[in-house]
This record gives sequence, structure tokens and C-alpha cells, in this order.
Amino acid sequence: MTSLPLTARLFDYWVTVYRRTWRGTVINSFLTPLLYVVAMGVLLGGFVKADPSHLEGAGSYLQFVVPGLLAGQSMQLAFGETTYPVMGAVKWHKTYYGMLATPLRVADIALAHLSFAVVRIASSAAVFVLVMAPFGAWSSVPGAIGVFLIQLLVGLAFAAPVYAYAATLKDEGGFTVIFRLLMMPLFLFSGAFFPLGNLPPVLEWVARLTPLWQGVDLTRMCALGTWSWPAALAHVVYLGVCAVGGTWLGIRALERRLVR
Amino acid sequence: MPEVMISARELRKSFGDFEAVRGIDVEVVRGESFGFLGPNGAGKSSTMRMVAAVSPISGGELRILGRDPATDGSRIRARLGVCPQEDSLDPELSVRDNLIVYGRYFGMTRPAVRARADELLDFAQLTDKANARVEDLSGGMKRRLTIARSLINEPDLLLLDEPTTGLDPQARHVLWDKLFRLKQQGVTLVLTTHYMDEAEQLCDRLVVMDKGRIVAEGSPAALIRAHSTREVVELRFGVGEHEALADALADLADRVEVLPDRLLLYTDDGEAASVAVHDRGLQPVGMLTRRSTLEDVFLRLTGRSLVD
Repeated sequence: MTSLPLTARLFDYWVTVYRRTWRGTVINSFLTPLLYVVAMGVLLGGFVKADPSHLEGAGSYLQFVVPGLLAGQSMQLAFGETTYPVMGAVKWHKTYYGMLATPLRVADIALAHLSFAVVRIASSAAVFVLVMAPFGAWSSVPGAIGVFLIQLLVGLAFAAPVYAYAATLKDEGGFTVIFRLLMMPLFLFSGAFFPLGNLPPVLEWVARLTPLWQGVDLTRMCALGTWSWPAALAHVVYLGVCAVGGTWLGIRALERRLVR
Repeated sequence: MPEVMISARELRKSFGDFEAVRGIDVEVVRGESFGFLGPNGAGKSSTMRMVAAVSPISGGELRILGRDPATDGSRIRARLGVCPQEDSLDPELSVRDNLIVYGRYFGMTRPAVRARADELLDFAQLTDKANARVEDLSGGMKRRLTIARSLINEPDLLLLDEPTTGLDPQARHVLWDKLFRLKQQGVTLVLTTHYMDEAEQLCDRLVVMDKGRIVAEGSPAALIRAHSTREVVELRFGVGEHEALADALADLADRVEVLPDRLLLYTDDGEAASVAVHDRGLQPVGMLTRRSTLEDVFLRLTGRSLVD
């Protein structure tokens, strides 16, 4: 028996979960970017009269901020999908224990949950890309498709390590800590809203080392058509290591938690 | 030779320094209804989790359906039905969806699992509630759904960990009826319980566990014969009087047991013992003559009550 068919047996479960919640998700993923782009891109951006050379090649602040907002959204959704839902499945509802009483194995359960998180992130990213198109956020159709695909990687790069962390937690108090001390600072200071060059040199380098910056820069280069292969490759490798390493850690953490 | 469903030799389970199961030997054959009776902390649930192939053994040998759970866990679990002590239903899904997604975990096709779900909803008397969300069900209904779910794959071996704990008496009787029907159909049942009436109702054979060890084994009737008398007279006196009166009554029974709130006289003729108590001029506040139960067996074997 190979792993793939067993993992796929969780497909109907997650489809059922999605069918129950998709309406709220779609409205949310449609409204959130619209509100953000109006507030930050149009209204705030109206005051930003920077030279395009200071905006990493963007023609306007709107074009600059939209890719950053998208990568930031992918990160936030990843946190959302792999924190409380994991605690629920392990501790509150014990649905994972129900799954584990069947032929499914721990790795199947973890991989299926992470796949669902990526699908959620992907569907929100797709809506975001479509909603932003009329604002002239994407330089080309292939660029827009690339932006969408990059979100799958960004999403998993955050979802997998956060999943691993969530699987080790005994109670939900630890989530508040990472939301406040990790997610919010990353969202605000990883180059989504302003060019990293505006930071003092030391902080700039710290920001360049954060995982969200990799996602922001990758998304922005693809959106603006300012693609640089060496930089892109470095970002992809960085995010890929987070995704693969995080998945491995996540399976291991869940194994330790459930199999006692 | 009947097929051996579970075979454990010197089976052990430790959590750090704590030994939950300290070397037990168990064999369960096809069609049998087998019980682990014991108080909380006796090692019943740890044993069940090992038998369910979800908890690695710490020592000894375990074969389930002829396979080793360490290497064949997934294939063993494919043929088991498990009703855990705590519900693991998805509270946000409907009753029917809980059954359907679960059947899919066993690789059943969608049409097959739909048909099976309808049968089980009928069996569990939940057809009217098929589209209700699980979080809106009563405790008894959730238990029935959990048992229905454990039958989705038509298991060879059904494991029930404290199936009726926390239910009101009526809901327990409904569940016992369901389990009795399964037993009649020849399903091999293995259950843990700390209710002696449950063990008497459902088990052909059981082991009494205490502190990780098996202290007795046999059918409920044989255990009562071997470890207790036919009848018991329960006497209640004023607070604090029981200890002192125990000696005065010792010659009226085979054995006298002192509990905080009553005295138990173990005798084969309860009527005669009751009369003798009155003849001595004693006026108990309450007096009751009853048959011996597994509770008495447990008290005899461990010096403690089942439900503390």
C-alpha cells in the first residue's frame, strides 16, 4: 500500500468541510483585497508620489503594494488554517484520533490537512488576482498566472512550519504569541508596504532574511515583470526549504502527539 | 480451532516511569464477547489502544487478526471497528456526513458508503437526525453515532472503550440492546467497562484488571462462583458503627466486608443471615439481600470498589 491512495481517502472529508464554509471564505477573499487596495493602494497611495526607481520598478504605489498585500494575505491564511483547526482536530474534537483509528496513518492525516490549507490559500489568491486585474496590478497575463502559482509556495512555506508548531502545543495560548510576535511584525516590516531600502541598513538586512520578504519580492518581480533569475531562485529555494522541512517537522510533531 | 482475533503475551505499556500495563496474557477468539473490567487507571484503555493498533507496545508480544501491529498497523485497522472512550466525531458536519467521510477512509466507494450509512442510521435510530449537525445531538445519540461509525467497514473485530460511560440509564439500555444485537450477529466484541452490570450483560468472558495486571479471568457467572458467595446481605448502621459491628456479625457469614457506608455479609443464604441479625437485637437503618455481582468479585480481589 502506497501513501498516495491513503492520503487521497481524506479528500471527501476536506471537500465536505469546504462545502460547509466556502461561502464565507469567498466573500472574505473577495472583500479583503478590495478594501485593502482601496485604502492603501488608492487612498493612501494617492499621497505617495515616489519616483518609480524608489518603488522597486513599480509605476505607482498601488502597483507596488498589491503584490505585497497578496503575499501577506497568503501568509496570514496559512497561519489561520494551521493553528486553531489543528488544535481542534487534536484536542477539542479529536477528529484526528478518529482518522487514526482507520487505515490512515499520521503522515496521511498531516499531508491531507496541509493540502487543504494550500487549496484554501490558492482559492483566495485566485480571487485576489482576478479582483486586482482591473486596477492594472499585473503587467501581463503570464505574470498574473505566475503570481498565483507563487502563492502556493508561499502558503505552504508558512503553513507547514506553523502546523508543526501547532501540533506540539498543549493549549491555544501559544497561537496568540506567534500571531503578535511573528505574523504581525512580518506583515508590517517585510517589504509589503514600503521598499526595504527605507529601513536602516541593519534592519534592512534582517528584513531581507525573513521568509515573507522572499514571498513579497518573488510576487512583486512576477507582477511587475522585473523578474531576476538569481534573486528568484534564491527565494524559491528558501521557501522550498521552509515548505519541505516544515512538512517533515509537522509529520514528526503529529506522530509524537498522537501515537503514544 | 476457532480463529484467534487477539493474542497478547506478557503485554506491557509504559509512559515514562509509569507502567500502565504490567505484563498481561489475553486471547480472544472469533465470535466471542470479551471484556476488560476494572476501575479507572487499571490499564484497560492503554490495552485497548494497543489492540486498536494506534499505540506501540512497550514489551511482550501482540498479534491482532494474526498480524503484528508494529509493522501492519494500517492493514489491521482496516478490519477493526473502534468506538473510543471520548467521541471523535466532527461536530460541524452532519450525522450522515460523519458516516460517509469515515467510510471513505476505509477505501469504500461512494455508492457503497452511502448505502451503508443509511443502514447504520437505521440501526442507530438516527435516520430522523441524518442531516442534523453532530454538535446538536444528545450524549446518547453521539455515542450511538460513534458505534454506527465504527461499524461502517463491517469490522471483524469491534473494540468499545467504556461505551456507556457518562450516559443516563435509559440511553445505556438502548446501547446495550444495540450491542447485544451485534453479538447475536456473531460480531467479535471487545469492551472495557467499570460497570459490572454492563460486563454481566454483554460479556461471555472477561478479565478483571487492577493496577496494570489481570487479577482474574472467566465468565461472569464463574467469576462470581469462584470469588464470592451466592448472596450478599447489605447492612447500614449509624455513621462509625460499621467497624465495631463487623466482629459481632463475623460468625453469621462466610466473610464480612466493611465499607465506609455499609457492611456486606457474604453468605449462601441471605434470608437466614438477615433473620440472625435481627435475633441478635441489632436494628440496622437499612437492610437488603441481593445476589452477588462482579462488584463483589472485584472487592474480594482488590479490596476496593470499582467506582470510587
